[in-house]
Amino acid sequence: MLQLVLFNVTNGLILGAFYVLMALGLSLILNLSHVINFAHGNFLALGGYLAFVLAPYIGFGGALVVSPLLAGVLGFIIERLMIRRVYNRDPVYSLLLTFGLAFIIQDFCRFVWGPNGLPLGVPTFLSAPVNPTWFFLTWYRMSMVVIVVAAVAALFAFLRYSRIGVRIRAGTLDLDMVGGLGVNVGMLRSLNFALGSLLAGLSGVLAAGQIGLNPNMGDELLMPSFIAIIVGGVGSLTGTLFGGLLIGLAAALTTVFYPAASEAVIYVIMMVVLLIRPRGLLGEEGMLT
Amino acid sequence: MTSVTVGGAAKRIAGANWLPLVAVWAVLLGAPLWLPLLGGYTALAGRVLVLGLAAIGFNLLLGFTGVMSFGHAAYFGLGAYGAGLTLKYLAASTPLAMLLGTLLGGLAGTLFGLLIVRRRGVYFAMVTIAFGQVCYYIAYSWNDFTGGFDGLRGFQRAPIGLGPALLDITGDGPVFYYFLLAVFAAAVTLMGLLLRSPFGRTLLAIRENERRARFLGIPVERHIWMSFSLSCFFTALAGTLYALLNNFADPLSLHYSLSGEIVIMTVMGGMRTFWGPLVGAAVFVVLSDYISSMTENWMSFIGLLFVFVVLFFPRGILGFVARRDQG
Repeated sequence: MLQLVLFNVTNGLILGAFYVLMALGLSLILNLSHVINFAHGNFLALGGYLAFVLAPYIGFGGALVVSPLLAGVLGFIIERLMIRRVYNRDPVYSLLLTFGLAFIIQDFCRFVWGPNGLPLGVPTFLSAPVNPTWFFLTWYRMSMVVIVVAAVAALFAFLRYSRIGVRIRAGTLDLDMVGGLGVNVGMLRSLNFALGSLLAGLSGVLAAGQIGLNPNMGDELLMPSFIAIIVGGVGSLTGTLFGGLLIGLAAALTTVFYPAASEAVIYVIMMVVLLIRPRGLLGEEGMLT
Repeated sequence: MTSVTVGGAAKRIAGANWLPLVAVWAVLLGAPLWLPLLGGYTALAGRVLVLGLAAIGFNLLLGFTGVMSFGHAAYFGLGAYGAGLTLKYLAASTPLAMLLGTLLGGLAGTLFGLLIVRRRGVYFAMVTIAFGQVCYYIAYSWNDFTGGFDGLRGFQRAPIGLGPALLDITGDGPVFYYFLLAVFAAAVTLMGLLLRSPFGRTLLAIRENERRARFLGIPVERHIWMSFSLSCFFTALAGTLYALLNNFADPLSLHYSLSGEIVIMTVMGGMRTFWGPLVGAAVFVVLSDYISSMTENWMSFIGLLFVFVVLFFPRGILGFVARRDQG
């Protein structure tokens, strides 16, 4: 029993780490530019596929660094070409635009790499279990958690201490004022979008090493990421962090006791939060309303 | 001189009022006659009507109240499942199926609306998406009752008894099409009357300037909630028709991709016009039918259509026409 619980807690933490990484990227874009990026899951898939292409040349470690960066560059370009045109219009347009982009990128992946799943090889020493009793705990999963923790820490440090990070946080509160103080708001939004896409690409590489690649691999992660943001509170990145961990753990623990409800539980959590604390656990009243 | 201009303008407005109406109904009534000439079929026209009704219902919220929901597939799908489940487990009665399906979708929307009515903009949209996925998830995983991923099969629309006469809508021919058209006509008439009522005008006021409406003492939240609820009822009614049309309820009719399609139909047709969503539905249904028969990569084309409409054609077809008339 202990082993089963531990197994699922580990699974929950890893799942939660994915939700967090993905949701943080979504949340960044949502908070600053008020755009729900439906294509976020497809940036994730692209990150994975890029790693698949690059890994034979630069190894898994190299791909882990390079393909998120490429995903970020791609995000920057797409923001410059399309997303920025809908900022000051009814939110319906940004939703439709990213929705269409999601279709296009997904179809692109299917067209280039085929509809079937592909494996992304990870170095053999990583796929070995840490300890024979806890067979489920491979080095890969361990290092995945470490990488996610490091990435999240780096993101928060970036937002706290770097000049651009401070501007992003200030822009979340009052973008007009930030522009009035002489910051190039257009560039800030592009960089912020690129940062979000980079996080999506990183989750893509990590996920591909664990579950392999397929064209719609991001779709299953998209909805839990929305829920992580709603539960944690729109406008708060710390909230998104806790929201992601909470629903990941809740889903995994439900698997132990009542497997059939393991997916339902995250929706139940969302409904409860909306009912008793509509702004989300750490959300501030008045954000994005 | 002035009076002539005013008279001309008045005449033009009056003409603009009834001409499109006559045109719309003539096209719809004649569909079984002219569709075969173009290589179409009545089932396609039925789909246009059903999705058009869903989009018109949705547009009460988006176009006429200015509130963005991205989860209307939930109420559409709940209507479809409500109708299908009634026919399968309860009674072989088409009117009862339509009534219960509409109630299921409409009441679910009404209750959920209470939770979210204080949210606005993208946050409102995001919460409606998530709620839509709750319904999708339930239909998907409740295998024994809803048929799970394969959808709900094993029911058939039943003939309707009208006193001594029997309206046999079980065939795929024009009879069923005209039945759909009759329901559609009743629903859009009701919607038109709603929009002309003081309630409808109040919704427009909220859309134009929410803060001013609030200062005038209008209970904004209650109006948005009622508009949300009404639009869910209309969309759910369209959902019941969808189940009758296909004799099948599909979990994908609850999925957020259908919500996106309802939104694009509305925007593409013109979200600030009454008939725009129907025009958008016609274009979208015909176009996606054609594209998916031509190429495997239909997703790219549909995606490009989304991008094109947003970037270059945001007013939609009827919005574009109306603007040109004014100019």
